[in-house]
Amino acid sequence: MLAIFKREFKSFFTTPLGYVILIIFNLFSGVYFWFGTLYGGTADMSLVYDGYTLIVLSAIPILTMRLLSEERRQKTDQALLTAPVSLFSVVMAKYLAALLLFVIGISTTLIYSVVLAFIAQPSWALIFGNFLGLLLFGAALIAVGLFISSITENQLVAAIVSYAVLFFLIMLDTVAGLFPIPVISDVLYALSFQARYTSFVSGIISLKNVMFFLSTTAISLFLTIRVMEKRRWS
Amino acid sequence: MTIEVKNLTKRYGQNKAVDDISFEIKEGQIVGFLGPNGAGKTTTMNILTGYLSASEGSCKIGGKDILDEPYEVKKLIGYLPEQPPLYHQMTVEEYLKFIFDLKKVKLPKDEHIESICRLVKIDHVYKRVIQNLSKGYKQRVGIAQALIGNPPVLILDEPTVGLDPNQIIEIRSLIKRLGESHTVILSSHILSEVQAVCDRIIIINNGKIVTDSGAENLTSEFGNINKLTVRIMATDESAVFKTLSKIPGTKKVSALGVKETGSFDFEVESDDGADIRNEIVKRVLERGWQLLMIRAQEATLEDIFIKLVNTNSNKGGKK
Repeated sequence: MLAIFKREFKSFFTTPLGYVILIIFNLFSGVYFWFGTLYGGTADMSLVYDGYTLIVLSAIPILTMRLLSEERRQKTDQALLTAPVSLFSVVMAKYLAALLLFVIGISTTLIYSVVLAFIAQPSWALIFGNFLGLLLFGAALIAVGLFISSITENQLVAAIVSYAVLFFLIMLDTVAGLFPIPVISDVLYALSFQARYTSFVSGIISLKNVMFFLSTTAISLFLTIRVMEKRRWS
Repeated sequence: MTIEVKNLTKRYGQNKAVDDISFEIKEGQIVGFLGPNGAGKTTTMNILTGYLSASEGSCKIGGKDILDEPYEVKKLIGYLPEQPPLYHQMTVEEYLKFIFDLKKVKLPKDEHIESICRLVKIDHVYKRVIQNLSKGYKQRVGIAQALIGNPPVLILDEPTVGLDPNQIIEIRSLIKRLGESHTVILSSHILSEVQAVCDRIIIINNGKIVTDSGAENLTSEFGNINKLTVRIMATDESAVFKTLSKIPGTKKVSALGVKETGSFDFEVESDDGADIRNEIVKRVLERGWQLLMIRAQEATLEDIFIKLVNTNSNKGGKK
């Protein structure tokens, strides 16, 4: 598992992909920090974290599109699946490599907080809560993206489908408001990623929301393993 | 390390890619899977290596079932798929080290990889990016990858496809050398290749085993296809044609036209068991022509198939 993880993480930087993702993260969050926090003259970082909904939406499909689809297209999955390694390790290694890049991408927000600490008194508890929320939010969406990457061998298709799905998941609460039938809109609200993430950003760490993101991650990873298992048998 | 395959079947929907195949391979044999494209060779290999699962039947390597002990069995196999599983952005060094870690090999890393690189002659491209290598080198990196960890069983899917003649000869002799210390299964759709390398040939068609025999048996039994190519120097093509047709034991004569100035080429097919070469020489000389060439045609895979299908249907069913 460690071998696959290391190869995968390195491969982000043998192509421009890893750099592009890090640029998206840092450029946009930098703009939010500059205009939202510094220029606005406030010690409140929540504007930066709020902006991350959009950054995550644009970067994660690029991050996950080729994780499994490219292996199939290049037939390198034959090396992985005929090696003495379990499917679980293959999927986890891929997932963790993508997650690590994501964590590196968002960790600059912590540098912003340190910068802020020189000129104001930021609320560390709040920043910690925001960061945790962003981490869980991203972790869940990366798992969803990984799953989508497992069902196609074309990375472009994986990216486009991921954009559509992620956009839908993030927009669910807006969509929910449009439904006149209360039962349906309640269910859609309950599935909304945006509302849960916003709750973290506003400073509330609720166990319900933590569990929601964690279980979304677990279910997506489980489904990814099932898809690969199924392909062997069909 | 023995390989035991029993009643293996793989269905894709309604299609049977592999249909009730059984065979056993003893330690140290080099076995060739021969068959046209789409015969089921690759599917069988993919099942043996654990990449695919069989719909029915079992596969045992060294007495261990691939389904019961997948990790143990996978450690015993080195696999070169049809398309070598290469990460094109990596250098040969990075790639082989990755495969070494992936297979959880316990040998001394640098020494082991170095010795394999020397064996398949890729030591001078060791630091290069795989993407920039020629097809022949990529294929060799693929073979190197299969050899990592010294697995006792090697499964090579069309190892010489896409290589130039020199490389083909090199890879064949490499496989022969490997066969001294490994059990090898390789696949091909070229008869002469399998004959040159293998001790035993299993012919597969439409997912079924058509025949399973030693390499020599196959040619002595099916290699003679009773077709001669003759080149005769004469002035009148139709006269030669008539003379050849009249030889007892001749089944069919077809004119192949002029390949060399002043002479005519013919393909002469004779009845089974009839040797008409002496008679051809005699009659050509009698008429004052000159015999420039007489050559028995070698059996192609298609010829053997036709023969096998015929013999099998005469026996009233498959073997």
